[in-house]
Amino acid sequence: MSLGTVFNLTLLHQTIVQATPLLLTALGGVFSERSGTANIALEGIIMMGAFFGYAGTYYTGNPWFGIVCAMAAGVVVSLIHAVVTATYKVDHIVSGIALNILCQGLTGYLLVVLFQSQGSAREFVAQLPTISIPFLKAIPVVGSVLDAVFSQGPLVYLAFILVLVSRFILDKTVFGLRFTSVGEAPQVADSLGVQVAPIQYAGVLISGLLAGAAGAQLTIGTMPRFVYLMSGGRGYIALAAVILGKWQPTGVMWSSLLFGFFFSLADNLQGTGFAIPNEIFLMLPFILTIVVVSGVIGHSEGPAHSGKPYVKEL
Amino acid sequence: MSSKQAPYAVEMLQVVKRFSQVLAVDHANLQVKQGEVHAVIGENGAGKSTLMRLLYGFYTADSGTIRINGQTVKMTDPGVAIAHGIGMVHQEFMLVPRLNALDNIILGQEPRKGLRVDRQKAREEITRLASELGFQVDLHTEVRDLPVGVQQKVELLKVLYRGASILILDEPTAVLTPQEVDELFEMLENLQKQGKTIILITHKLDEVMAIADRITVMRRGKTVKTVSKDSTTSGELASLMVGRNVILDITPPPVEPGEKVLTVRNLSLQEPGSARVLVDRVSFEVREGEILGIAGVSGNGQSELAEMLTGLTRPTSGEILIRGQEVTFGSVRRKRESGIAHIPEDRRNTGLVMALSVEDNLTIGHQDNPELSGKVLLKRQAIEERSDRLINMFDIRPPRRDVAAWHLSGGNQQKVIIARELAHDPEVLVANQPTRGLDVAAMEYVYHHLLEARSQGKAIVLISMELDEVLTLSDRILVMYNGRIVGEFSRTNADIEQIGLLMLQGREAG
Repeated sequence: MSLGTVFNLTLLHQTIVQATPLLLTALGGVFSERSGTANIALEGIIMMGAFFGYAGTYYTGNPWFGIVCAMAAGVVVSLIHAVVTATYKVDHIVSGIALNILCQGLTGYLLVVLFQSQGSAREFVAQLPTISIPFLKAIPVVGSVLDAVFSQGPLVYLAFILVLVSRFILDKTVFGLRFTSVGEAPQVADSLGVQVAPIQYAGVLISGLLAGAAGAQLTIGTMPRFVYLMSGGRGYIALAAVILGKWQPTGVMWSSLLFGFFFSLADNLQGTGFAIPNEIFLMLPFILTIVVVSGVIGHSEGPAHSGKPYVKEL
Repeated sequence: MSSKQAPYAVEMLQVVKRFSQVLAVDHANLQVKQGEVHAVIGENGAGKSTLMRLLYGFYTADSGTIRINGQTVKMTDPGVAIAHGIGMVHQEFMLVPRLNALDNIILGQEPRKGLRVDRQKAREEITRLASELGFQVDLHTEVRDLPVGVQQKVELLKVLYRGASILILDEPTAVLTPQEVDELFEMLENLQKQGKTIILITHKLDEVMAIADRITVMRRGKTVKTVSKDSTTSGELASLMVGRNVILDITPPPVEPGEKVLTVRNLSLQEPGSARVLVDRVSFEVREGEILGIAGVSGNGQSELAEMLTGLTRPTSGEILIRGQEVTFGSVRRKRESGIAHIPEDRRNTGLVMALSVEDNLTIGHQDNPELSGKVLLKRQAIEERSDRLINMFDIRPPRRDVAAWHLSGGNQQKVIIARELAHDPEVLVANQPTRGLDVAAMEYVYHHLLEARSQGKAIVLISMELDEVLTLSDRILVMYNGRIVGEFSRTNADIEQIGLLMLQGREAG
């Protein structure tokens, strides 16, 4: 089988599809980290988003309502994380691990209770519509090709629009400046009358909202079913994308696209007998992140105070 | 005060602040005239910083009155102080290292244009403020990449940007090179010309005489005296600051010093990545049965000297010899093996592992002693016996080896350290601030053990900010200032005013 059959338009289309949940989650991760909270609960939040996106659609028949349910679930889980870390100053990683275990258990339990199944909810539900960009098709020669690549669901468009919105918020607004200062040096922000805890809450809740949406993208956006543990480590991979993207919305977009490319490549190579085993491509995001964190290629330095509870000194 | 006179910019009357057992500020009075540079001077721990923190609303006074421009104000938090035109430049800068200067200055009071931060307007405003003071700051560089002197300017601009008319500077020259100090003073003069009132906390008499209009001296939480510069001398200020308060009346028994044990030659330390010299060509010798006291205000290189002697910091140049054998660049382990014991200044972070038991704390550092450990496993029984013996010998209370160090009082924590360090008969003991934060009984205990070690012929280097302590215990006294040894005294010729002047300005004459 020739490589030509692998490197085609479908690969490009899939790259974007694979990148979207990573990008949504990673953007959330940027907000959380930039305001000083490490949020590894993102993995669990994606699970919850996937489940409640599915369940909400199942009960109402309306996938738009599914998105709302997914985001709400994400906000609830992240609210717990915010209370525990920002108010009660618990170690961020400990809280995140506990929440991941909770989400894993809860989705498994609800799957049995609501859908009488242990592995997956078998019934298909309504999916989010595919939206074409109208003027693309009108472009001569490449028009139909581009149209095939860029006909995507609403959450895909949302993710990429949010890159620009996040950039604006973080770089240009008062909120963004205060946000960054809290993540870098909360004691300084505090000394200048910037309220630290509300900003940390905001960062964590935004990450919950977006990771919830990422979960919805996995079920009602891509495959209208729910499979237990279908988040498949995307929460952690998104955090890797945050690091590789240097905590910047645009950087995070490129790293998510790169990881998405690796994953769709792995998918497409499966069973083709290609010389490189497809698992290699699944490993690449992590290897790349380790290389970057270790400073071998392109130094990446996170917010100075991220992951540490801020306790006011007396 | 007659009603025709302008009110004082700052008036603090009978202000008291107590921290649990310690009276940090004791009925202090401070009156600062509008438009003057007023220095508040005193030794470490005299209460200067606490007094200023009360003025800035970091702490709330237990009693007393604070008036700003004649108006009584209840200072409950820094917001109140800022609203009354008070700004403070902290000793440790309050800057976000990875934001640029501009963002640091406007943080918390950002000019807005709709949702956006109006950085253009902020830039114009700050550039104007800076040029009025006669300097320029690169507003787009991340603060962490700016030299310390420039960071201080950013701090100052931050305060001025908030419209402060009364500026408090807490030991502003401590982190600066001499050239930066000159620049700072020029800036302060400009500020004074603009009508700002400046309160300068310091313990450097040179600076006081160079720039202050009036001076308030603090000692042990009290404001001792306020004088105008023209009617005083640095000699008077020095004796006001360091006046003796004998707490323990101890006379060390005569001991004839023996052979030379510790020799230090031209030991220097340069701050990595900077031009600042922290320890500058320090040389001395200590003999058997001798206590060499090192007096000085904190931050003049004493801690760095102790760290170099004990192996925690690598000297830039110079030599350290134990009985003629060179150990200059030796590791902590190598230095311990050669006979250097250490009572570190920070009991809780360097001296002990607070979460570990007394027994473990008595053992660490001796874990390679064949009596206490085999090739792989510790000899628990030997360790227990040794711990019990030490607990008994050094009177550690409660007399139990299994309690964690943090359950002990400060005095008993110090006993554990002393027991550990003296247990294996060292040649040299480096005691850095051995009585910091201890009550009188514990202090007496420490003195007793230091003098006993002296009788046993150990060579002791005693570093202390408490001049009394140095004067009471030492056979010889060195004074450290700006990383250099600026004076040497024997017990008999130690003159408190001379030592005070050396500590505070680095030379004797006024």
